[in-house]
Amino acid sequence: MDFLLVLVLNSISYGLLLFMLASGLTIVFSLMGVLNFAHASFYMLGAYFAYQISRWIGFWPALVLAPLAVGALGMAVERFALRRAHKYGHVAELLFTFGLAYLIEEATHLIWGRSAVPYRVPPDLDGPLFSIMGTQYPMYRGFMMLVAVAMLVSIWLVLKKTRIGLVIQAALTHPETVEALGHNVPRVFMLVFGGGVALAGLAGVIGGNAFITEPGMAAALGPIVFVIVVVGGMGSLGGAFIASLLIGFIQTFAVSLDWGLFGYNISQVAPVLPYLVMVLMLIVRPKGLMGTREG
Amino acid sequence: MKLSVWVVAAALLAAAPWAFRGSFALTLLTQMGTLAIFALSYNMLLGQGGMLSFGHAVYSGLGAYVTVHALNFLGKGAFLTPLPLLPLLGGVAGLAFGVLFGYVTTKRAGTTFAMISLGIGEMVYACVLMFPGFFGGEAGISTNRTVGQPLFGLNFGPALQVYYLVAAWCFACMLAMYALTRTPLGRMANAVRDNPERAEFIGYDTQKVRFLQLVLSAFFAGVSGALSCINFEIVGAENVSALRSGGVLLATFIGGIPFFFGPVLGSVIFILFVAALSGVTKAWLLYLGLFFCAMVLYAPGGVASLLLAQIGVIRAGKFGRLVAPYAAGAAACALALCGLIGVVESVYRLSDSTQGTRMALAGMQLDAAQPGIWLTSTLLLAAGLVALRLAARFISSRWAELRPA
Amino acid sequence: MTAALELLEVRKSFGSTRIINGVSLSVAPGERHAIIGPNGAGKSTLYNLISGRFPLTSGAIRLKGEDVTNLSPYEINRKGLARSFQVTNLFNNLSVYENLRCAVLWGAGYRYSFWHRLSRLAEVNARVDEVLGKIGLGRRSRVPAGTLSYAEQRALEIGVTIAGGASVILLDEPTAGMSRTESAQAVELVRQVSAGKTLLMVEHDMGVVFDLADRISVLVYGEIIASGTPQEIRGNAAVQEAYLGTLGKAHA
Repeated sequence: MDFLLVLVLNSISYGLLLFMLASGLTIVFSLMGVLNFAHASFYMLGAYFAYQISRWIGFWPALVLAPLAVGALGMAVERFALRRAHKYGHVAELLFTFGLAYLIEEATHLIWGRSAVPYRVPPDLDGPLFSIMGTQYPMYRGFMMLVAVAMLVSIWLVLKKTRIGLVIQAALTHPETVEALGHNVPRVFMLVFGGGVALAGLAGVIGGNAFITEPGMAAALGPIVFVIVVVGGMGSLGGAFIASLLIGFIQTFAVSLDWGLFGYNISQVAPVLPYLVMVLMLIVRPKGLMGTREG
Repeated sequence: MKLSVWVVAAALLAAAPWAFRGSFALTLLTQMGTLAIFALSYNMLLGQGGMLSFGHAVYSGLGAYVTVHALNFLGKGAFLTPLPLLPLLGGVAGLAFGVLFGYVTTKRAGTTFAMISLGIGEMVYACVLMFPGFFGGEAGISTNRTVGQPLFGLNFGPALQVYYLVAAWCFACMLAMYALTRTPLGRMANAVRDNPERAEFIGYDTQKVRFLQLVLSAFFAGVSGALSCINFEIVGAENVSALRSGGVLLATFIGGIPFFFGPVLGSVIFILFVAALSGVTKAWLLYLGLFFCAMVLYAPGGVASLLLAQIGVIRAGKFGRLVAPYAAGAAACALALCGLIGVVESVYRLSDSTQGTRMALAGMQLDAAQPGIWLTSTLLLAAGLVALRLAARFISSRWAELRPA
Repeated sequence: MTAALELLEVRKSFGSTRIINGVSLSVAPGERHAIIGPNGAGKSTLYNLISGRFPLTSGAIRLKGEDVTNLSPYEINRKGLARSFQVTNLFNNLSVYENLRCAVLWGAGYRYSFWHRLSRLAEVNARVDEVLGKIGLGRRSRVPAGTLSYAEQRALEIGVTIAGGASVILLDEPTAGMSRTESAQAVELVRQVSAGKTLLMVEHDMGVVFDLADRISVLVYGEIIASGTPQEIRGNAAVQEAYLGTLGKAHA
């Protein structure tokens, strides 16, 4: 029973982390029409920046500075490169972000090497949160959920209560209208792109030490985030939320359980499960759970 | 396209091993031929159909797996098929998987299709590792291509024979794929690429068009996979990996998506790039990535578009006017590259603490720990970027002059 | 005689906003029927409903007696209805010739064939040449559609619409943005290509409407407030009120 509780809590924290990634991706896609193939790469950069900054100053400053650094990098990318690709169309933008993912991964190899770096949970957070029937639940996981929920609440507040949030909401369903609005649209784009990748960076800060920080982490997580967005429905934050939790549960449970399925242990089959969910969704309901827009 | 173009292509394919001698050159040529088929099949999706796929290696890789098993069966005398026909089997396998996965992936178009293709690619890759019985796990499955009955005295052991096998298939596939562009389906694929909505209003189910285009493309991808299997005599998980899918994307794009022969050019450039650089520097993938990003931003039509743009000027006899600006551009590039290489290689050397801080660059012995090299490299890079800006302006102003002509 | 096109109490709402509020219309075979109305009345939406671009909220649409409600655009087109677009909607990277050829292919029965050579399809190419002649773009046939002038694009737009041989043609503001001379040419073209076919036309240019139409329907706020011959519409008080003096002007 306590084992189940741990699994459920882990699923939720992992799902929330996934949603941090998926939400940033969805907002950027909805507003700018560009699918940022390198989104998971910014997640990776968040983890690496946090690692480096924690070595110099400490974890708590890193929690703030790393996402800001990632966001600044994102804004620079938008301002100097993505904007140029924009005039060649969506395919060119997607191709550019594809190349960018390669670049970021290689640059990470270059600077930090090919093996995992020892980005650890800070000592003040490294302990049990509570004990249930002899099993201890790590404090850090609780911290992760806290940060994730705080971030989501802030996004919700920004979207519902601020003017820029209104613009983004409108863009979620009517991007062309937003372009005609006459706001300083290029600046909004830059801020939104920077904000979106900063979210990914923040996810990297809190996820990188809970899981592992290595150059392959972007390539491992990127496709999962895309599956989430397809399953949830393009342009739908609600759908992305449900899909993130769904995939979080599936992956966490599949890896931990020891059931047999068609002669295979479910934990062996675990890597394939998210993609099977995607295939199933495509067959049954191609628009996704709550899809509102065509890709 | 004129008959002369095809004659020239055939002649080039036939004569290449004589122009570029040596076993290393032959290896490269064979790889170029195989990649060319793969890239042309990829462009059936992207250039002609407007479908960006991040998982095309699935079809070539699965075609390769089927071929390797068939080849091993051949070796046991289970059935008699001459080796040269095996790529057909790979093609059929590719086609079958095209039908299977294509049904799911073409339910959506555009960006969503791209993401789904990535997901399918990852799924197949994961499956390959999960079923070592058929796929041989990480190590893969190896084979021997000299089994079976020799055909007209050729047992395809020597590399030269393999090259000509690849070249023959390359030529046949080029012809076939070109012919497909002149059919109703090929033309409607173009229409769906340009304006899927209008295509529906003239009576076409765009999903069917995309599905069929994908299935045909998967056939040729399977052929390419089979040839790769024959050439390397081993097929592993890498054949269906995201890296392979990314590679064919890069090769096709660099060559030029809007042009039929663009992917062929791109395959040549890509193989040369990788061959030339991967032995020389650990950072070759970084350079490739930078090159690709620069092309996306500044020459999205690929190298083919750059070359073709010169033809009009050359015909008008005014190319002389462009020599100076291009020379300036080349010099600026060289400058920036020197700086870039200096920075990148120094960083690599420093981060790779196992080898010490000394390195050999362009024949010079340098120490990466010394600030001197950092300063010089950064200055060179900065200067190079400024020079590139100026050269670009020079080039475009000279082009503007020439335009009315 | 079965109507060529029939709309029965068609309604369309986007969320809670009602755009089309119970439109019933009947177009006889061979008739030239114009739909006029102020901006925002829902004319484009109506076209999108008929051609299958949007699903209906309620009601039915019949094409030559057959129910085509909520069929997909390609299914409706295959049953013999073709439409043009107000904002030119062509295959920009294909040449004029290829644009027209694509429009002919399905009707000619070639479907998804990848074993026929386009250059050898004699009847297809003959039909393309015929349409090229009608729309007057014979000398521009190799030019990519995206590089044509505006008037040429509008002509090609009509060409692509009629090339497939549909018997019911919907034209969406065919003379939009044209000068006097260009409009006159377009009107002649429309007259020619709609000979023997059923034509439904949305137009703002009253001169064009009264020149071409056999019957006119007036759409205001998603409802048809009047329907009849040009004389009847000219004299209709409700129409005059809705338009308030725009009737009789040559351009809207």
